[in-house]
Amino acid sequence: MHSLTVIWAVFAKDLRVEWRNRETVALMIVFGWLVIFLFNFTLEPAGEESLRVLPVLLWVTFAFVGILGFNRSFAAERENSGLEGMALAPADAGAIYLGKVLANLLFLGVAEVAVVFAASVWYNFSFLPSLPWFATIVFLGTLGYVAVGTIFGAIAANTRMREVMLPVLQFPVSVPIFIGAVEATTGAMRGLAPVEFQQGIRLLLAFDAVFLILSYLLFEYVMEG
Amino acid sequence: MPHAGPRAEPLLELRDVSKYYGDLAALEGVVFKVRPGESVLVFGPNGAGKTTLMRTLASLVRPSAGQVWFGGREIHTVSATAKAAIGFLSHATFLYPDLTARENLAFTGKLFGLAQLDRKVDAALERFGVADRASTPVRELSRGLQQRVALARTLLHDPQFLLLDEPFTGLDTRSSATLQRFLAGLAAAGKALVFSTHDFAQGALLAGRLVALARGAVQYDGPMASAPLARLGIGGHA
Repeated sequence: MHSLTVIWAVFAKDLRVEWRNRETVALMIVFGWLVIFLFNFTLEPAGEESLRVLPVLLWVTFAFVGILGFNRSFAAERENSGLEGMALAPADAGAIYLGKVLANLLFLGVAEVAVVFAASVWYNFSFLPSLPWFATIVFLGTLGYVAVGTIFGAIAANTRMREVMLPVLQFPVSVPIFIGAVEATTGAMRGLAPVEFQQGIRLLLAFDAVFLILSYLLFEYVMEG
Repeated sequence: MPHAGPRAEPLLELRDVSKYYGDLAALEGVVFKVRPGESVLVFGPNGAGKTTLMRTLASLVRPSAGQVWFGGREIHTVSATAKAAIGFLSHATFLYPDLTARENLAFTGKLFGLAQLDRKVDAALERFGVADRASTPVRELSRGLQQRVALARTLLHDPQFLLLDEPFTGLDTRSSATLQRFLAGLAAAGKALVFSTHDFAQGALLAGRLVALARGAVQYDGPMASAPLARLGIGGHA
């Protein structure tokens, strides 16, 4: 019961901090739009080419936007050693981790909606026919990416070159997410039957489960610094 | 100052603790015990290891060698009990600048699982004279007021054992004197108090025991009254 209180307290705290300064999500959205726009400007994909390129562009954009969000998420913790302050409490470190995951998931999710909307306009592609599967795949991919980003964000926060360190740690570990997510997203956007891209979804489910459980268990050691 | 008798059980102790950062020894073979009701000044020059000692006691730093014990058991085996009994004030305030003083305390209280949280938050804000600034974001408070909120945060869960690293930092003379009286009251009420300050004279007024550190090693650990201040090189401060 106390763990649920802690999860909610950490989640609500991050939301409140974001509401007060209104920096992180706005920055993520603008950055996401810029990346999508630059890709569109340089590649100018059309028709079938869009279907081939767009899933990759979306996930590359989500990856960059996510890194920005994770760095910002732990910048607030760094300012007055908030993470250490939480480590002093007799609260389950895993619950603190899950609270941060929920907040990061929400922030990245909001930015992704804005990015997908922009992509739909600039690439002249409608996501509506494939929306249920597309949304499910984006959620599963984002959950795994956030699960990794939250623990690596906490690790990187204790290093001197944290802004560089986070992507260096995060991207290699996230490769299975991008493989599964791009494969499944391509299938969904092409309107294929789910059985055609279930391999990608399975990969995402497995990755989400493994990394959420591992990170939940290991976060205590990360908080020790 | 109260000084517990020799039969009192040690509450928190460092057993031959060393902590290395690369080749640098921040602590070297430190043996330290503190009992309820004791008021201990940890004193030493910059880099002596005061902060590392406090952080090790608070379980924020894992020793390179040796062990930290709480209530007769290795502290990591009774982590939740130890954390509930320890309050740590650090150089960093542990406060979120974008949250108000009240929100910061409420957040801390939830992490500690405190009952009657609103009442305890109100009492803590009142006790440290920040009730009228309770709804102000911490970022907009002066350093002194932030330090008071940080103290309120440290004491919110009514810890039995207080670790205060430079608690008088940023406080004006009046607030400093008020805090000194308050801490003396806590020690008299049976709380264990371990604190550091760069002002030896101020610390000596409050502490019954002195632990002098130099280059990570304990140079003296004993009653304040009989401390060889000249030999320790702190005579000029007294």
